[in-house]
Amino acid sequence: MSTFIQTLIVGLRLGSIYALIALGYTMVYGIIRLINFAHGDFIMVGGYTMIFTIPLILAAGLPAWLSVIFAIAVCALVGMGTELIAYRPVRKKGTGMTALITAIAMSLFLENLAQAIPAIGPNPKVASQIFSAGGISIAGVTMEWATVLTIVVGAAVMVILYQFTQRTRMGRAMRCVSEDKEAATLMGINVNRTIVLTFAIGSGLSAIAALMYMAQYPKVYTTMGTLLGLKAFVAAVLGGIGIIPGAMLGGLVIGLVESFTTSYVSSSMADTFVFLILIVVLILKPAGILGKNVGEKV
Amino acid sequence: MKRSTTAKGYLLNTAVLAVAFIAFLALQNVMGKSGGFKLILAPCLWQCCYLIILAASLNLVLGFLGQLSLGHCGFMAIGAYTAALLSLACERAGLYDDKSSPVFILILFGCILLAGFLAALVGLLVGIPALRLKGDYLAIITLGFGMIIINIINNLPFCGQDGLADGSASASLYKNGLGFGTSSKVTFLWFALLVTLICLTIMFMFIRSKYGRAIKAIRDDEIAASASGINTSFYKVFTFAYSAFFAGVAGALYACANATLSTSSFAFANGGILNSTFVVVMVVLGGMGSLTGSAAAAVIMFLVNYQIKNGTWVALLPAAVQSVFAYPMLVYAVILIIVIMFRPKGIFGTYEFSLINLSRDIKLHHTRKARERAERKGGETHA
Repeated sequence: MSTFIQTLIVGLRLGSIYALIALGYTMVYGIIRLINFAHGDFIMVGGYTMIFTIPLILAAGLPAWLSVIFAIAVCALVGMGTELIAYRPVRKKGTGMTALITAIAMSLFLENLAQAIPAIGPNPKVASQIFSAGGISIAGVTMEWATVLTIVVGAAVMVILYQFTQRTRMGRAMRCVSEDKEAATLMGINVNRTIVLTFAIGSGLSAIAALMYMAQYPKVYTTMGTLLGLKAFVAAVLGGIGIIPGAMLGGLVIGLVESFTTSYVSSSMADTFVFLILIVVLILKPAGILGKNVGEKV
Repeated sequence: MKRSTTAKGYLLNTAVLAVAFIAFLALQNVMGKSGGFKLILAPCLWQCCYLIILAASLNLVLGFLGQLSLGHCGFMAIGAYTAALLSLACERAGLYDDKSSPVFILILFGCILLAGFLAALVGLLVGIPALRLKGDYLAIITLGFGMIIINIINNLPFCGQDGLADGSASASLYKNGLGFGTSSKVTFLWFALLVTLICLTIMFMFIRSKYGRAIKAIRDDEIAASASGINTSFYKVFTFAYSAFFAGVAGALYACANATLSTSSFAFANGGILNSTFVVVMVVLGGMGSLTGSAAAAVIMFLVNYQIKNGTWVALLPAAVQSVFAYPMLVYAVILIIVIMFRPKGIFGTYEFSLINLSRDIKLHHTRKARERAERKGGETHA
C-alpha cells in the first residue's frame, strides 16, 4: 500500500512538471496551430540559465530558487526571438508543413548551439540543491517539500493562466486570435503582438518547469528537453490541445502512467506505455479527452 | 505519341544506366586494389545508397502523399534487425560458409526482401490506425510509433539494449553475417548499387502509375479526391506500407554496411547522420515531390557530413567556424532553416530530372527566364 501511495505521489509530481510544459505547448498551438518542437529546448535554456545564476544568487545571500526569475526572463526572450526570427517569416509564406519542419529545425539548432558554446558543452552539469531537504511524513509515506511545492505550483499556474485567458483583456485577445485571425484584426487586436506575448508566457512557464525538474533530477544537459518536451506534447494532445485545463489533466495522466509503469511493469517500457496511451486516445477521440470534435467545412 | 516517348525514355535510361554500371565496374576492377577506392569511395557509396533509398521512400509519404511521418527510421530499424538476424541464422544453420558462394548472394537478396516485407507489414499495422489522423496529429503519432518500435526492439531478448553489439553477436555479424568489411564492401558494391537502382525504378513506376496519380490527388485536395471516387484511406495506408518497405530495404543495406547495430542509431534525433529528423531534412532539401531531388539531396547531405568531418579544407578555416563544424547537426539545422526560408520547395521542387526531357527542360527554363525578364522590363516601363 505504501508503495502504491509513493508511486502515486511520484506520478503527481512528474505529472505537474509535464503539465507546466504542456501548458506552453497548448497555448502556442492554440494560437498559431504549430507544434513548437523547440519548446522542449526552452527547458534546457532555463536549466542552464539557472545553473549559471544560482552561484550569483547564493553569493548575494538569497535562496537558490530565486534564480528562476532570470530563467523566466531568458526563456521568454529566447521564445520571442524564435517566433520573430524563424516562425513568423515562414508562417507568412509557407504552409503548415514547412512551419512544422522549421520548428524541428529550431529545436535541433538550439540543442546543438548549446553544445557548441564552450561554457556549456556536451557534458551534463550538476545543479546544487535548490529546495531545503526534509518534508512531511504521514502514515509512513514521506513527501518532500519539493514534491509538495511542485504539485501546488503546477495547480496554481494552471488556475492563474486560466483566469488570465478568461478575464483579462490580453487573455481575451489571445482567445480571439486563436479562433479567427482576420476577425481579430478587424476588432482592433494586434495579432502579431498577441502571438509574441503567447510565446513569452509559454516559454516563461517552461523555465518554471525547468526549476521543478531540476529540484527532482539535479542534472542539466543539452538534449534534456527532447524527450521531456515530447512527453509534455503528448500530454497536451491527450488532454485536448488548445485547452488549458486539458493540458493539466493530460500532464497528470502521463505522469501517473509513467510512474506506475516504472514501478509495476518495467522502467524501460515506460515510454512505450506513454505513447501507447496517446495512440489509443487519438484513435478513440482524436480531439483529446476534453476536446470537442469539430467538423470540416468543404 | 505519348506512349512512344515514354518507351523511348525507359529505353534511354536503361541504356545509359547499363553503360554507366559497366563502366563503373570496369573502373572498380582497375582501381579496386588501391587504397583510396577501397578505404574511402566504396564505404561512402554504400552509405549514399541506403540514404538515397531512405530519402526517396520518405518522399513517397511526405512529398507525394503530403503526410508528415516522423518515425521513418523505426521501419529502417526493423529492416536492419531482420536482415542481420536472418543472415546470422542462415550462417548458423550452415547454409553458407564464405561470402563468395552463389548461395550467399541468394540469401542476401532473400534477407533484403524479407526485411522490406516485415517493415511493410509493420507499416501496415501502424498505418491503419495512424492515418485516420491528419497533419500535426499524424506527425506526432508516427513519432510515437517510431519510439515504440525502437523501445520494443530494445526489450527483445535476442536484440538487447545494446543491439547486436552485445556480446559476441557483433563480431559474428561482422565476420559471418551481413556485416561487410572493407574488402567485401568493394566486392559487393555492385549489389548495393543494383538494389538502389531497382528500388528507385520501382518507386518511379509507382509515382507514374494510377496509384501515384491517386496519391497526388489526395495530397492536393483530400476531400475533392474522395469525391472523385478515390478510396483515400486505402491509398494512404497502401503508400505508407509501400514506403515502409523501402525503408526496410534501406535498413538491410545499413546492416550490411555496418559492423554493429544499435537502436540508438535509429532514434528520433541523435547526433549522428541517421535519424528520422535527418531523413526529413533530406526530403525537404531535395524537394517534396521529387524523387531525383531526394536522391540528389541524400548525396549532398552525405557529402556535407563527410566533408565537415574529414575534409582537409576544414583545417584552413578560422577556429570559430571549426568549432561549429564539430557539431554537424548544428550545420544541418541552419541549412534546413535557410532552405525553408528562402526556397520552401527545396532544391528541385517537384521537378524530376530526366534524360529524355533534358533538352526540352533546359529550353523551357530559358524561355521562362526570358519571359520573366521581359515581364520585368514591361513592368518597369508601365511604372
